[in-house]
Amino acid sequence: MNSISTMITTTTSTTKAATMSESKISARNVQVFYGEKHALRDVNIEIRPRSVTAFIGPSGCGKSTFLRCLNRMNDTIASCRVEGSIGIDGENIYDPKVDPVQLRAKVGMVFQKPNPFPKSIYENVAYGPRIHGLARKKSDLDDIVASALQKAGLWNEVKDRLQESGTGLSGGQQQRLCIARAVAVSPEIILMDEPCSALDPIATAKVEELIHELRSNYTIVIVTHSMQQAARVSQRTAMFHLGLLVEENDTDKMFTNPDDQRTQDYIMGRFG
Amino acid sequence: MSVGILIPVLLVLAALGFVLGKRQALALSDSQKTKLHSLPGYYGQTVALFTAVPALFLLGAWLILQPMAIESRIGGMIPDSVIPEGGARSLVMSDVRRIAGGLDAVLALGGMGEDELVRIGENLSTVRSRLAEVGVALVGDVPPVVFEAARAYRQDVKTGNMAMSVVVLVLAVALGLWAYRRIQPDMRARNVTESFVKSLLIAASMVAVLTTLGIVGSLVFETISFFKIYPASEFFFSTVWNPQFRGGSELGILPLLWGTLYVSLIALLVAVPIGLMIAIYLAEYASKTVRSLAKPAIEMLAGIPTIVYGLFALITVGPFLRDWLAQPLGLGTSSSSVLTAGLVMGIMIIPFVSSLSDDIINAVPQALRDGSYGLGATQSETIKQVVLPAALPGIVGAVLLAASRAIGETMIVVLGAGAAAKLDLNPFEAMTTVTVKIVSQLTGDTEFASPETLVAFALGLTLFVFTLGLNVLALYIVRKYREQYE
Ligand SMILES: Nc1ncnc2c1ncn2[C@@H]1O[C@H](COP(=O)(O)OP(=O)(O)OP(=O)(O)O)[C@@H](O)[C@H]1O
Ligand SMILES: [Mg+2]
Repeated sequence: MNSISTMITTTTSTTKAATMSESKISARNVQVFYGEKHALRDVNIEIRPRSVTAFIGPSGCGKSTFLRCLNRMNDTIASCRVEGSIGIDGENIYDPKVDPVQLRAKVGMVFQKPNPFPKSIYENVAYGPRIHGLARKKSDLDDIVASALQKAGLWNEVKDRLQESGTGLSGGQQQRLCIARAVAVSPEIILMDEPCSALDPIATAKVEELIHELRSNYTIVIVTHSMQQAARVSQRTAMFHLGLLVEENDTDKMFTNPDDQRTQDYIMGRFG
Repeated sequence: MSVGILIPVLLVLAALGFVLGKRQALALSDSQKTKLHSLPGYYGQTVALFTAVPALFLLGAWLILQPMAIESRIGGMIPDSVIPEGGARSLVMSDVRRIAGGLDAVLALGGMGEDELVRIGENLSTVRSRLAEVGVALVGDVPPVVFEAARAYRQDVKTGNMAMSVVVLVLAVALGLWAYRRIQPDMRARNVTESFVKSLLIAASMVAVLTTLGIVGSLVFETISFFKIYPASEFFFSTVWNPQFRGGSELGILPLLWGTLYVSLIALLVAVPIGLMIAIYLAEYASKTVRSLAKPAIEMLAGIPTIVYGLFALITVGPFLRDWLAQPLGLGTSSSSVLTAGLVMGIMIIPFVSSLSDDIINAVPQALRDGSYGLGATQSETIKQVVLPAALPGIVGAVLLAASRAIGETMIVVLGAGAAAKLDLNPFEAMTTVTVKIVSQLTGDTEFASPETLVAFALGLTLFVFTLGLNVLALYIVRKYREQYE
């Protein structure tokens, strides 16, 4: 508990700066249905640029569902229907004019279980830049791959084995490879759905450190089940419950003096 | 007692053993006031298994060994003098069996008493007419010794069957009683029955293994005798296939192997692209309803008898290719051609490729697709660059399985590609394959011990080794692919 409170005090100063700028993502009246099931009700949220926003809440409350709305990954689920609007940089991403493929290049995603492609480490990272035509020459691609791996803090561990299979790495390394893969297409927003739930504490610490570093360049939204993790890495926290966004607040406020009783109960471990 | 009665009797005994064993176990546990180690039924099962199983095995063994023993004893009774010039002892023996069977029928009709048979040698003519009445016609003069042998044969079979019934029943009762006497509350009856059942299951799987070994063994055996009378180098390296009735045949496997490979290659060229596209469509694009309708419909192609495909090749595809392609292009005038057989066979093996590949593509984890979509890849990019490479080893396995199916196919080739062994590149030429020639060599009129017939076994063995190799390779690849995601 001690470490959390120190972490909270260190993050407070940066939070104030973030409050000044206008929001990167703004969701208005978002409703999500899976067939008949109403999974998200009337979600409104503003997410600030160059900051980390954590989504918390009990299992099945719709955190992943909302996260997947932000890059239209829900389009791949046939039964899923989204209503309302989600603006990114002021443009509604559910507008028919928007190409979800383009959108996903701008809004990258890291999943709960590390899912490297069964290709070499190099090819894993080069995959995104290739399909988006980001590199003209082989040397450009090499540079992109190297800098993405550096940003993901994996470069030193893999620089001598870029041609080995990505599936042969440890779980923590695989997850950082997936982050590098997302970073390589130069997104503006990175969505992470429980990125550390399959990792041991040391690998988790590395990924959290990485999130800290990425914050200066990217807008990060992370779903987590660990209050400590939310407290450690995020500036803003949003609490979901039964498909509702019950509270959204500064992280330090949220974990010390939440406005909503349900948040209080959840943080104190009374349910979920 | 005949086998038809003996087996039900054994089963009744076993059922009786079950009931008694169960009751005994319960009674003992009551009187000794101890808890049974196993459920009462297991004690009953133990008795029943000891009653029935060894006796049934003995019965099986007896049924195999008795005829062999009798044949050799009776065979010894027949002097060399009655074996006709150029004939074989086995021919005389089959006469013996025929007459013995006839005598049984005569007795059953009541035309003759058992005692009359004793004097069989004295009135051969009556016996012969009686035999003729029951449908056993004897050609020429059958020497008295043969009749004598037939009578002894009957006698032996009768005594043998009697002894068999007695021994089997005694064994069943003895072992059943032994198991019954051993029942004690602390006896581990469950373990006994379980190891019994386990051995039964092992025995059952041995049947499959031994059959395979038997098939291979007989192929190898006949192949060896073929290579004793025909040089192996000629067989493997000669480019001419020209069997003759009067010896001096040229039996080179190369033209046949070439035909097999050519037809299979065309079949795969048809089946692999179409099958793969079907698989991709079904796995990645089709809606649930379409998939649930289309998949069984496509798999139905594999259920059509190959002779029907053969007819389709013979009366539709063959003439069509000849009239619209071969003749206009001046490439041939034959309606049976490699192309015909290959095309039709390709259609037949489409479901092998599509169904297996569809399963394999479906087994590629959704997480990989999500990862690709999450990076902004389109569906076709995801399929081409992530899904298919991940599924590739499995797809290769599917293709190899389809290939071994194509290599073994016979009917479509007979009707579609003809029976002429040729080494030719022109796909509009009639050619033939290994399997077709195996059939025609074995159904010919030549003597069994001639190279013309025995070559079928060498062909069969070569084909077997070929497809076995393909299957092993396919299984190995598929298994390696599985490990990747488990
Ligand atoms: N593909 C789907 N089809 C139908 N219903 C779904 C689907 N995905 C999620 N749901 C439902 O939507 C609701 C929200 O699910 P979601 O995955 O967003 O929860 P979550 O908050 O991420 O939970 P967890 O913390 O366990 O990951 C749940 O009730 C779930 O059953
Ligand atoms: Mg979730």
